[in-house]
Amino acid sequence: MAVNQVSVFLENKPGTLNQMTKVLANHGVNIRALSLADTNDFGIARMIVNDVFEATNVLKEENFVATFTPVLIYAISDEAGSLNKILEKFTAANVNVEYMYAFAGKKNAYMIFRVKDTANAEKLLSSQGLKSLTQEQIADV
Amino acid sequence: MERYFQEEIECAPREKILAIQNEKLVAQVKNVWDNVEYYRKKMQEKNLTPDDIKSVDDLHKLPFLSKADLKAAYPYGLLARPLKDCVRIQSTSGTTGKRVVAFYTQKDIDMWEECCARAIVAAGGTNEDVCQVSYGYGLFTGGPGLNGGSHKVGCLTIPASSGNTERQIMFIMDLQATILCCTPSYAAYLGESMKEMGLTPEQIPLKAGIFGAEAWSEEMRRDIEKTLGIKAYDIYGLTEISGPGVSFECSAQKGMHINEDHFIAEIIDPDTGEVLPEGTQGELVFTSLDKEAFPLLRYRTRDICTLTREKCSCGRTHVRMAKPRGRSDDMLIIRGVNVFPSQIETVLLKNGYAANYQIIVDRINNTDTFDINVEMTPDMFTDNVGEVQTRKKVLESGLHSMLGIKAKVNLVAPKTITRSEGKAVRVIDKRKI
Repeated sequence: MAVNQVSVFLENKPGTLNQMTKVLANHGVNIRALSLADTNDFGIARMIVNDVFEATNVLKEENFVATFTPVLIYAISDEAGSLNKILEKFTAANVNVEYMYAFAGKKNAYMIFRVKDTANAEKLLSSQGLKSLTQEQIADV
Repeated sequence: MERYFQEEIECAPREKILAIQNEKLVAQVKNVWDNVEYYRKKMQEKNLTPDDIKSVDDLHKLPFLSKADLKAAYPYGLLARPLKDCVRIQSTSGTTGKRVVAFYTQKDIDMWEECCARAIVAAGGTNEDVCQVSYGYGLFTGGPGLNGGSHKVGCLTIPASSGNTERQIMFIMDLQATILCCTPSYAAYLGESMKEMGLTPEQIPLKAGIFGAEAWSEEMRRDIEKTLGIKAYDIYGLTEISGPGVSFECSAQKGMHINEDHFIAEIIDPDTGEVLPEGTQGELVFTSLDKEAFPLLRYRTRDICTLTREKCSCGRTHVRMAKPRGRSDDMLIIRGVNVFPSQIETVLLKNGYAANYQIIVDRINNTDTFDINVEMTPDMFTDNVGEVQTRKKVLESGLHSMLGIKAKVNLVAPKTITRSEGKAVRVIDKRKI
């Protein structure tokens, strides 16, 4: 099951990222994972949060452009070679990674993958024995 | 069925319109000669007397008036009636420093309001309509003009004035307003706000909008029509000549009919002052035939447009003017190229961005820099950096081919560009030339 990532447009000037985190903090949104893509002109924050709908709503109210993006999240054990192992399955399934980032949970580490055709990629990876996490499971890890 | 406020005159045969113009012009020139010393001197400089003006054919002999003349004659120099006959002033900010102050007798106001009434009826208005006037009231002619016109048509008039968007929307919805009068940028903003509140075009009771007082593009019109579920009509005017309603659009939406029983329009070459043939693009010049208090003859508007007397499908016979390409005051010269803000708006809307933008021009190391701040919209945003950059590049190349020069687009957060409740501030020119 794909998980909804919140993607937010950030103008490239001091304070915008902080403005975004302030809005989320004021509404009790917990950021589980965050990655920032930046260019010379603008940035895009990509986040896994505990409450996707609350996060997007409050951001929109504060005039941020925010959208959902489906991503695949897989648990990996916190030891040498586990990322390599999972990526070999991506290769075997011929799935291209657009971008990825990670976060550490209580037990495992978690890798977040953005791929092109999420549903199809998930099917291919699942036939390789990879089971992606659901939105509910993320809340507990 | 096309409806008219004053059918007999709005659809009069051309010969009749010309006869009216000939008669009124001769009388008006005499009136100005007798009562306005400033203009009499200008005529004397050209060795003219009122006897030289026998018909519209002689109009080209008369001297022009420009904003510079209004400044020189400020405040009373062009007044043709004693103050006891005047009942109102309206005023507009002048780009030349002094404000423009125009005077009205009661008859002048009635004529102006009738022009606005013609525009409202042309947009489908009747005494059954609820007309919300969201132009600013006060010195600005937008509010008072459409307010008066709406009264003359017999609409229930909501004098909302500008600002307080929430209250505007409340009135539109609660009182079931059917006609909205405001600036196009404010109409777009109201539309956006209503969309955000979850209101669909079907739920919005408006059926027509009369929008003017700033340049707007055909794309912006379609955009507003779609969000509000209305037909949007253009209206044109200027304080110097009376206010909104000098010309207005009919159901054909193919140019604005100039009220020729009150105003004579000419197109001139802005450099030589020579009158240009019909259909040629040039500067629009107006002569006021009926104004008592502030009768301007051959006033140069600085608006660049064309005129056509081709038959219009609506039945009106009055000459039509094309939407001005922009007031030459709005025109920017960047790296030697003429740029009209309305061209930028066209490209933005074509590419899926909102018509809210800001142009920033500066001069660094003797070269003009040209930046356009454009608000990011949910439609144009994705989580993919490359995609956002590609869309931005498509926009930049669209602007380049429209304008002929390169502009740098800066994507900014939504609603960070100040919204206008009157006219939008589109251009920040930091050049000190």
